[in-house]
Amino acid sequence: MRGSGRGWLLLGFTVAAFVGFLSSAPVAQAQDSTIRAIQNIFDPLSAPAETIYYVSVLVLAVCAGIFLVVGGLLVYAIIRYRRRGPEDDHDEPPQVYGSAAIELAWTVPPILIVVMLVLVTARTIGEIEHHKMPDAAEEIRVIGHRYWWEVRYPKHDVVTANEIHVPLSSRTNRVPTEMVLESADVIHGFWVPQLNGKTMLVPNYRNTMWVEPYATGIYLGNCTVLCGQQHANMLIRVVVDTPEVYQKWLESQKQAPVSDPQVAEGQQQFISNSCGTCHHIENARGATGVFGPDLSHFSGRATLGSGVAPNDDQHLRSWLMNPQDLKPGCLMPNMQLSSKQVDSILAYLRTLK
Amino acid sequence: MTESALFTIFVVAYLFYLGKSLNPPYPREVLEFPWLGSFFLFGSSATVVVAEQRLKKGDLGGFHLWWLITALMGLGFLIYTGAEWYHLIYHDGLTLSTNLFGSTFYSLVGLHASHVVVGLILLTLILVASLTGNIQHRHHEHIQMISWYWHFVDGIWAVVVTVVYIIGMQS
Amino acid sequence: MANSTTPLREIGTELAPAPPGHEHGTLTAWIQDLIFTVDHKKLGFMYLGMGWLFFIAGGILASLIRLQLAVPNNHLMDPESFNGAFTMHGTTMIFFFAMAMVFGLANFVVPLQIGARDMAFPRLNAFSFWATFFGGCFLFLSYIAGPGLYGTGAAPDASWFALAPLTSRAFSPGNNIDYWSLGLLISGVGSITGGVNVMVTIFCYRCKGMTLYRMPLFTWLVLVTMFLVVMFMPPLSAAQIMLVLERFFGAKFFEAQAGGSPVLWQHFFWIFGHPEVYILVMPAFGVVSEVIPVFSRKPIFGYPMMVAATVMIGFISAGVWAHHMFTIGMDSFSVTFFAFATFVIAIPTGIKIFNWLGTMYGGKLRMEVPMLFCIAFLFQFLIAGLTGIMLGCAPFDWQLNDSYFVIAHFHYVIVGGIVFAVFAGFYYWFPKATGRMLNTRLGLWHFWVFTIGFHLTFDPQHFLGFLGMPRRIYTYQEGRGWEFLNMLSTIGAIIQGIGALIFIINMFWSAWKGKIAGDDPWDAWTLEWTTSSPPPEYNFEEIPEVRSRRPLWDLKHPEDPDWKFE
Repeated sequence: MRGSGRGWLLLGFTVAAFVGFLSSAPVAQAQDSTIRAIQNIFDPLSAPAETIYYVSVLVLAVCAGIFLVVGGLLVYAIIRYRRRGPEDDHDEPPQVYGSAAIELAWTVPPILIVVMLVLVTARTIGEIEHHKMPDAAEEIRVIGHRYWWEVRYPKHDVVTANEIHVPLSSRTNRVPTEMVLESADVIHGFWVPQLNGKTMLVPNYRNTMWVEPYATGIYLGNCTVLCGQQHANMLIRVVVDTPEVYQKWLESQKQAPVSDPQVAEGQQQFISNSCGTCHHIENARGATGVFGPDLSHFSGRATLGSGVAPNDDQHLRSWLMNPQDLKPGCLMPNMQLSSKQVDSILAYLRTLK
Repeated sequence: MTESALFTIFVVAYLFYLGKSLNPPYPREVLEFPWLGSFFLFGSSATVVVAEQRLKKGDLGGFHLWWLITALMGLGFLIYTGAEWYHLIYHDGLTLSTNLFGSTFYSLVGLHASHVVVGLILLTLILVASLTGNIQHRHHEHIQMISWYWHFVDGIWAVVVTVVYIIGMQS
Repeated sequence: MANSTTPLREIGTELAPAPPGHEHGTLTAWIQDLIFTVDHKKLGFMYLGMGWLFFIAGGILASLIRLQLAVPNNHLMDPESFNGAFTMHGTTMIFFFAMAMVFGLANFVVPLQIGARDMAFPRLNAFSFWATFFGGCFLFLSYIAGPGLYGTGAAPDASWFALAPLTSRAFSPGNNIDYWSLGLLISGVGSITGGVNVMVTIFCYRCKGMTLYRMPLFTWLVLVTMFLVVMFMPPLSAAQIMLVLERFFGAKFFEAQAGGSPVLWQHFFWIFGHPEVYILVMPAFGVVSEVIPVFSRKPIFGYPMMVAATVMIGFISAGVWAHHMFTIGMDSFSVTFFAFATFVIAIPTGIKIFNWLGTMYGGKLRMEVPMLFCIAFLFQFLIAGLTGIMLGCAPFDWQLNDSYFVIAHFHYVIVGGIVFAVFAGFYYWFPKATGRMLNTRLGLWHFWVFTIGFHLTFDPQHFLGFLGMPRRIYTYQEGRGWEFLNMLSTIGAIIQGIGALIFIINMFWSAWKGKIAGDDPWDAWTLEWTTSSPPPEYNFEEIPEVRSRRPLWDLKHPEDPDWKFE
């Protein structure tokens, strides 16, 4: 092709690329509400989970190989050396006591395999535990309670509960999130398989882990250490947002809830029924408790009771009437509210977005 | 072996928690090196050896005497420990539930003391059996078992003294 | 030594009826005999009987668990009962079924195999049994304690390893945990004294000519097991004493508020806990090491290496405990060390599998029921060991720890390995103990039903672990991908239960109507087959003298005795 032809082609490419780039730019201003309920450890969506995935597949392959070889030998032995019938009983087979050569031969390969496994394991441990956090990394403190998760964002002065928002990371813009894990009472465990392996939350200890997700969505997880009756319903929701959506969310969390006169009655009921002794709500005088989840932005969350039920009116009403119906053994007692009280408190809570 | 494993866990707990108590009293403030108690206990190991040798030689009278001295020294050790604990509880305010030091101290030293009590019961039983004429020279191997138990208890005391008092008093 | 005019078969159990003139008469006489007996064979029976009773109890608990988990959001059990169910299931199966099997088999078989008349300390032996049995009863007393007969009483509900600080007064206010610690302290005394007894017996009461290197492998493995018992059960007792002091006297061992460390409990527990699983599995290895040679018609391949590997496993088992704690936040050096130790222990274990294979090679395999159970054992223990290697790789464990993968792994070891070996041991030694063979037809049904049930129960659980299902949850939500696998697992559990039931029926039926066995129904080679079935109270008319590892082979093959080649 001649010079000017090539120039037109190049321009055409550039224009096309530019248009393509524009149209693929993240226009999404809304949260990705894909719920990642199936948390397969072999489908990692975060950097540390991926590191674990590679070593896991290697170990799995080695073990599968060993199984096929040894299992195969066993099957062969059963077929080849079985007693054929009564005619086979006339004499005993050669009484072999052993063989040093054979025993040596089958000791060496396991030793070599073990050496290889140790090296691979050690390297992976180092890669995950000694990962250097860039300055841009997000920081979260997660404090485990019976049976809910307190979540704090020290860099932004944000406090929330049960639903953990983290920013998306990409190859060009790496934003891992470092999580400091503590416990207010007993040992808990934090596990979202597609994001990372699990780490325990131990009272009196500060453990750290990190995630670096590269796919948006809502990741489900569980508490993994028995912490009491409602251990099963101490669920985790990690919401991975694009950076823009994440910033928006942070802003909304920093804003104090507006005092709406229409629900003043509800707010008053909230305080007079001692809800505030356990629950903190920004801007609500008397709601300063730290024993239960922070409710300042309660209605912005998709579930209540750390995942035991969806956060719709029907379930919220049921919870307020008697939390023990939805989550028997949880630490919120039946507050003995009347139906009217429940209605007005519900209306109030619905303004806390 | 079993007993060593049992004691080891309590020793580990004590050492692990040294210096970690959140409130006083602390070891350095309230502990004093147990000279008298150790003299009684280690001394009784020596006297029990003498008693054994007397029995082996067939000297029953000598056996009685030295065996009695052993038991009395064991008793002396327990009295010493009791006095120490009385002082710690009522004057220094250190109980099992006061702090980590209290918990690990009393459990470890108490476990040892309970073994001394058992040993003392055994010694007394043998003494009574002997005074009523039931122990003869030919039993000296059985008596040796008892004295080995006593030496073991002493050996544990050596460990306890080192861990609780010598190392412990640094904190 | 019996008077020569009295008949030899004087056992005193209704399994072997006494000849005329020596009736043992009434039920009370029989019960009295059992309560006061110090005979290792009867005590062995009692341990085993106790074990099966607790097996049934633990099995019922397991069925309840599986039924609750069959479908999502199930309400068959409330969370409190469920937590009690899995705690009691685990505690019962490990301490009062598996340990009882270990001590029962050891009690019955070891003195016979070494040519002794009884254990070194028969009265201590009886004490050990009763302490163990009482501990188990005490534990189950918790079901009718507390609020009484309604609800599930005060059953312990903090899992079989009772993590601190969940077990402190603040978080476990009732007496549930106390039943756990006190019950196990009592049975712990039984286990430790039993361990001492067996060790002394093996060291001091072997018959003439039986050096340690001529002992049957079952006895060797029991010896190493008992070493582990006396060394590593005390840490559990110590930790439980600390827990009791904490709960009753306010001591501050694991309380975070006082500066204590819940991690310390885990270290103490697992220092016991890991060797404990070797305590359980080594006698199983022993059974397999007896049965495979006899049913392959060859001696065990590489006896010295088998002994060496056993001793090595015993030693290394003391150094791997923190692989149960990879997710607690240890520093990476410790994590790497324990991963390394875990991989290393796989080497002698794997070698044992090769030796069993080597025994089968070149043999004439008799596919009778004991051998079938051993072959299944080999397959299943191989898988169990491999999933153990996966868990030993710490980063893999960070995903799989505390998930259903771990449950699958240890049930593969304990059920797929140990229970299958126990079944093999029963089919092998039942004729010796009772004089009658276990019915082969029922045995085959038992084998196939139980094996299919076992795989259907536990194979899916590996995948549940891969899909993120954690342990100890009383229910789960829909949509997590766990429904189908849980349902499969529950169906499998029911089938397993049926298989176990067939076995219990087989035991009772065969004791009553089984084929008479004779002294040596399997054409085996160790000393227990030289005496009658069942053995007389004094075991042997004359204490035998041996010249090799297979004294009965030497007698049967004087032209080709073992001692020519040793």
